[in-house]
Amino acid sequence: MSATTDPRLASSGPPRRPLRLSWGDERVRGIVWQVLVVGLIGTIIWWLWQNTVHNLEVRRIATGFGFLSREAGLPIGESLIDYEPTDTYLRALTVGVLNTLKVAVIGVVLATILGTLIGIARLSNNWLLSKLAGVYIEVIRDLPLLLQLLFWYTILQGLPGPRQALNPVPNVFLSNRGMKLPWIEWTSAHWLALAAMVVGVAVTWLYARVMRQRQYQDGQPRRIWPVGVALILGLPLAVWAALGAPFTPDLPALRGFNFRGGITVSPEFFALLIGLVTYTAGFIAEIVRAGIQSVQHGQWEAAQAIGLKRGEILRKIVLPQALRVIVPPMTSQYLNLTKNSSLAVAIGYQDIVSIANTTLNQTGQAIEGIAIIMLVYLTISLSISLFMNWYNARIALVER
Amino acid sequence: MSDVTLNTAVAGVPHDASAPRSAPIRQTGAIAWVRQNLFATWLSTAVTLLLAYLILRWTVGFIEWAFLNAIWEVPVVNGQAQTQACREMRGTGACWAVINEKHRFILFGTYPFEQHWRPALVCVLFVALYIVSAMRRFWNWTLVPIWIVTLTVIGILMWGGILGLPYVPQERWGGLPITLILSTFGLALAFPLAILVALGRRSKLPAIKILCVLYVELIRGVPLISLLFMASVMFPLFLPEGMNIDKLLRAQVAITLFAGAYLAEVVRGGLQALPRGQYEAAEALGLSYWQKTGLIILPQALRLVIPPLVNTFIGFFKDTSLVLIIGIFDLLTAGKTAIVEPAWQGFGVEVYVTVGVIYLVFCFAMSKYSQGLERDLNQHRRR
Repeated sequence: MSATTDPRLASSGPPRRPLRLSWGDERVRGIVWQVLVVGLIGTIIWWLWQNTVHNLEVRRIATGFGFLSREAGLPIGESLIDYEPTDTYLRALTVGVLNTLKVAVIGVVLATILGTLIGIARLSNNWLLSKLAGVYIEVIRDLPLLLQLLFWYTILQGLPGPRQALNPVPNVFLSNRGMKLPWIEWTSAHWLALAAMVVGVAVTWLYARVMRQRQYQDGQPRRIWPVGVALILGLPLAVWAALGAPFTPDLPALRGFNFRGGITVSPEFFALLIGLVTYTAGFIAEIVRAGIQSVQHGQWEAAQAIGLKRGEILRKIVLPQALRVIVPPMTSQYLNLTKNSSLAVAIGYQDIVSIANTTLNQTGQAIEGIAIIMLVYLTISLSISLFMNWYNARIALVER
Repeated sequence: MSDVTLNTAVAGVPHDASAPRSAPIRQTGAIAWVRQNLFATWLSTAVTLLLAYLILRWTVGFIEWAFLNAIWEVPVVNGQAQTQACREMRGTGACWAVINEKHRFILFGTYPFEQHWRPALVCVLFVALYIVSAMRRFWNWTLVPIWIVTLTVIGILMWGGILGLPYVPQERWGGLPITLILSTFGLALAFPLAILVALGRRSKLPAIKILCVLYVELIRGVPLISLLFMASVMFPLFLPEGMNIDKLLRAQVAITLFAGAYLAEVVRGGLQALPRGQYEAAEALGLSYWQKTGLIILPQALRLVIPPLVNTFIGFFKDTSLVLIIGIFDLLTAGKTAIVEPAWQGFGVEVYVTVGVIYLVFCFAMSKYSQGLERDLNQHRRR
C-alpha cells in the first residue's frame, strides 16, 4: 500500500463511536446478554461439578485415570493385537478402539461399493431393477438399525452347529460359531511383499504426477497403467518370488466339535458388518443417485458431440461433476456408520463402547469411562471430517 | 401446416417407386412399454429374467414360510405354551403363535393388563396429533395449544391417579407408548432449543456463538449411545444427594439434547437459505431483533426446512430404539424381552419382523408425507 493512501479509506467498516452506558446502545446490550448467558451456564456447570465432587466423596469413588495401568481381567473374544485378560485396562481399551476401527473401515468400503451399485441400479433403464432398488432403499431406511442388527444376529445364531455347517463354497463354512475362510500361513515374505506394494503405489502416484505435468507442456497423453501394473503388482510378486515364494494354504477343517485353521469371522462381527453395510448402503444409494442426476443432460450430449466414448464420458465428464455433490453428504454417512458401530454393544461385539462400559462397571469410574468413549469418537469424527474436507476442497469447482 | 404437403407427395418422386414397408414398431401401449423398460437390450433382458426368477422364488418361499406352513396358535397347558409344533416347523414355517400370545406385551409392556385401553388410547392420540400437525391448515399458532392439551391428556392417561384412573408408576410403562413418548416429547422439547441454538450460532456475539458451536459439534461428534450411557450412569452423580430423577426422564433429556443439536443444524440451513434482503428489510422497518426474528425470519426459514425436519424426525423415531441398551422398555426392548421366556426362545425372527412392520408403517408414512410436501412446497421452483 502506498504511503499516500487516505487513512479514512484504509480503515474497514463504519467509524467506531464511543460506548454509551445505556440500554439503547446495541454493543452494551450485547455485552450484557453475553455476560448473562455465560454466567448462567457457568453457574449450572459449577453447581453440577460441586454435586459430582460431593457425590464422588460420599460414595468413595476414586477419580483419575490411574485405573488404566491396572490389570483388566476382562476376556476379549477377538482382537487385532495380542491380548490376555491379565493385561492392563489401557491395552483392553486399545483393543476396543482397534475393533471399532476395523468394523468402521471395512464397513465404509463395503457400504460405498454396495451403495454405489444400488444407486446406479436405481437409475437403470430397466424398470424391474430400478423399482427393486427403490423398494430396498425405502424399506432399509425405514427400519431402526438396532432392529436390523438384532435380526441378523438372530439369523446367524439360528444357523446349524459346526458339525452340520453350511458349505456354500468349498472351504468356506457357515455355522453358529461364525464364518470360516481359507487363508495362507503368513510369513515375513508376505509382509515384505505388502511393503513393496505400498512403495509401488507411492511411486506410481509420483510417476502419474510427472507424466501429467509433461502432458500439460506438450499436450501428448501418456499411458500410465503399464508402469502402474508393473509397480503395484509386479514389484510385490518379484519380492515374494525372490524370498522363495512361500505359499502354504491354511484351510479350515472340522476337528472334534469345532473348526481348526483358516480365519474366523465371528457371528457378532459378521452381524454388525452386514447390518451396518446394508443400512448405510441405502443412504449412500440415494446420495449417488442424486449426485448423478445433478449433472445436466447437456453435459452428456456435449461430451458425445466431441466424440468421447461412454466410459470416458462417465469417468472424465460426469463423475468429476457428480462427486462435488456426492462428497459432502457422503462424509456424514461415513461419520454415521462409524458412530453407529457403537450399537455393537447390543449384540456383544467388543468395540470401544462395550469394553469401556465393562471397564466402568468394574471400576465404578463412570465419568472417566464415558469421557474415554466420547474422546475416541470425537477423534475419529474429527479425523474423518478433516480428511473428507481436504478431499472435498481438492475436487471442488474452482470458481472466479 | 407445411408438413401436410410434404407428406402427401415429394416433388418429382412417384408414389409407387418405393417398396412397401412394414408398419413401424409401436411406440405406445403395454407391449411397447414392456419392450422399452424390460427388454430394451440383451443385457436388460438378462437382468429382467434373472430378477423375475429371483423375485418369484423368494415370494413363493416367503408365502410358504409366512402363510402356508405358518402356525398361528399353540395349545396352552397350565399357563405354559406348548411350542413343540413350532419347533418342528423351524426354518420352514413361521410361528405366529408367539405374536398371538405376546402381542399385548410387545405393544404395552408390563402395563397392568386390565388397564391396556389407556396406552392404546394414548397411541391413537399420538397418531391423531401427528395427522393434525401434518395438515397445512393447522400450520399456525393453534398448533401450540393443540400440542399442549394433547400431551397433557396423554400424561393423565398414562399416570392416572385422578379422575378415577388407578395410578400406574412409570416403571410399569412399556412398549409402543414409550417409543412414541420418547420421540414426540423429544422433538417437542428439542425444537425450541434447536431454534435458540441455531440463532445463537449465527449471532454476532462471540461468547454466545462459541457456546452454540461447541454444543452442536460436541453432540454431533459422539454417538447417541454415549449420551444415553451418560444419562444412565453419570447423571445421578450430577444431582445433589437424595435427589433422583427417573430413568425414563433421564433418557428423555439425553435424547432431547441429542435431537437439539441435529435440529439446530437443519434450522440453521433454513436461516442461511433466506435471502439477505429479508433481514435488511426487517431492520429497515425498525424492528427489534426479536420482532425481526419472530415475525419475518423464522416463519419463512422454518417453512423452507420442513421436509428435512420431517426426515430428521424419522431418524429420531428410529433412534429411540437405542434406549434398549440402557434397559428402558420401548417397543424393541419389549419385543426382545418377549422371547426370553424358555418356551418362546428362538422365535426372534417372527418378533423382529412384526416389530419392524410397526416401525415401517410409521416411518413410511412420514417419508411419503415428506416427499409429497417437498413436491408441493417446491412447485414454484419447477419449470
